[in-house]
Amino acid sequence: MSHNPESTLKWYIAVFLFLMVMTGLTVAVAKMDLGAMNDVVMLVIAVAKALAVILIFMHVKDSTRVTALTVVGGFVWLGILIFFTLNDYLSRGDLLLNVPGK
Amino acid sequence: MASTAFDTHLEGPHGAHGGHHHPSLQHQFDSLEQQKESSTLGMWMFLVTEIMFFGALFTAYVIYRSLFHGVFATASHHLDVTLGAINTAVLIGSSLTMALSIRAAQLNRRKTIVLFLLLTILLGGTFLGIKSVEYGHKFHDHLVPGPHFAPEDPAIQAVADKAQVFFSLYFIMTGIHALHMIIGIGLLTWLAIASWRGRFDSTYYTPLECTGLYWHFVDIVWIFLFPLLYLIGAHAR
Repeated sequence: MSHNPESTLKWYIAVFLFLMVMTGLTVAVAKMDLGAMNDVVMLVIAVAKALAVILIFMHVKDSTRVTALTVVGGFVWLGILIFFTLNDYLSRGDLLLNVPGK
Repeated sequence: MASTAFDTHLEGPHGAHGGHHHPSLQHQFDSLEQQKESSTLGMWMFLVTEIMFFGALFTAYVIYRSLFHGVFATASHHLDVTLGAINTAVLIGSSLTMALSIRAAQLNRRKTIVLFLLLTILLGGTFLGIKSVEYGHKFHDHLVPGPHFAPEDPAIQAVADKAQVFFSLYFIMTGIHALHMIIGIGLLTWLAIASWRGRFDSTYYTPLECTGLYWHFVDIVWIFLFPLLYLIGAHAR
């Protein structure tokens, strides 16, 4: 971990401002009709915010490699969970037949 | 305990040589640094299980959203974007104060640690207060899934069954998120007391660090919940 208090303060303030601006941006963009791009922009902004929090506030930028690997591993498993579940659901043509209220 | 290959592999030389033993150093560790490293790694392992826990809910959201795309957008209109955005800002602010409390520990500023922890608690409480106001509105508008689900909006009535799926996900995801915050505020209260008693300084602040990781994680969950629940229908309002 880097312990230079001056540089950590600058980083923390910078991340805080970045997160605030990105929150404003995501609300502004959500009010425009971009079709399917609405979801893409929204998720890109959310991922950028999450990365800033993880790297700076959660100190992963200055962590050991085994910690960083653990973090990456967690999100890889999340990707597997979502990807393969969707792979199953979205490839079933008759899925909606059994949904109540359809 | 001799310096092992594993030890040197982590961070170079550690100084647990003889004499002075830091009161916070547990006997199974060679040094405070190694101890902090182990705790941080363990905390991240826990957070990975949390990622998978919330991940299952996000997966459910993705599936139902892909099935009921239009209904989710219509139902999303009934969430208050302004309150949601304010709460996002409040939570981001609380992450900043949390990070600053750890910085205060690194700088040996005891009272500043306590101050920033109290600010974090205050912001967390503000978030929960606003959240409860929002929940109140949902109950008032009969938007809570179940036998009393009876929204006035005809656009919702027409697709009531599917809209209840949206509101079920809304209440479960934000409810479990709020539960995490309540637990976090409990931890922060304990830390504020321990900090006031001078438990933490630049040599030892691992509990602050690990609670900080938890608090920031909860912030990240909200960073995804806010757009996915509140903003998906905003352009059609």
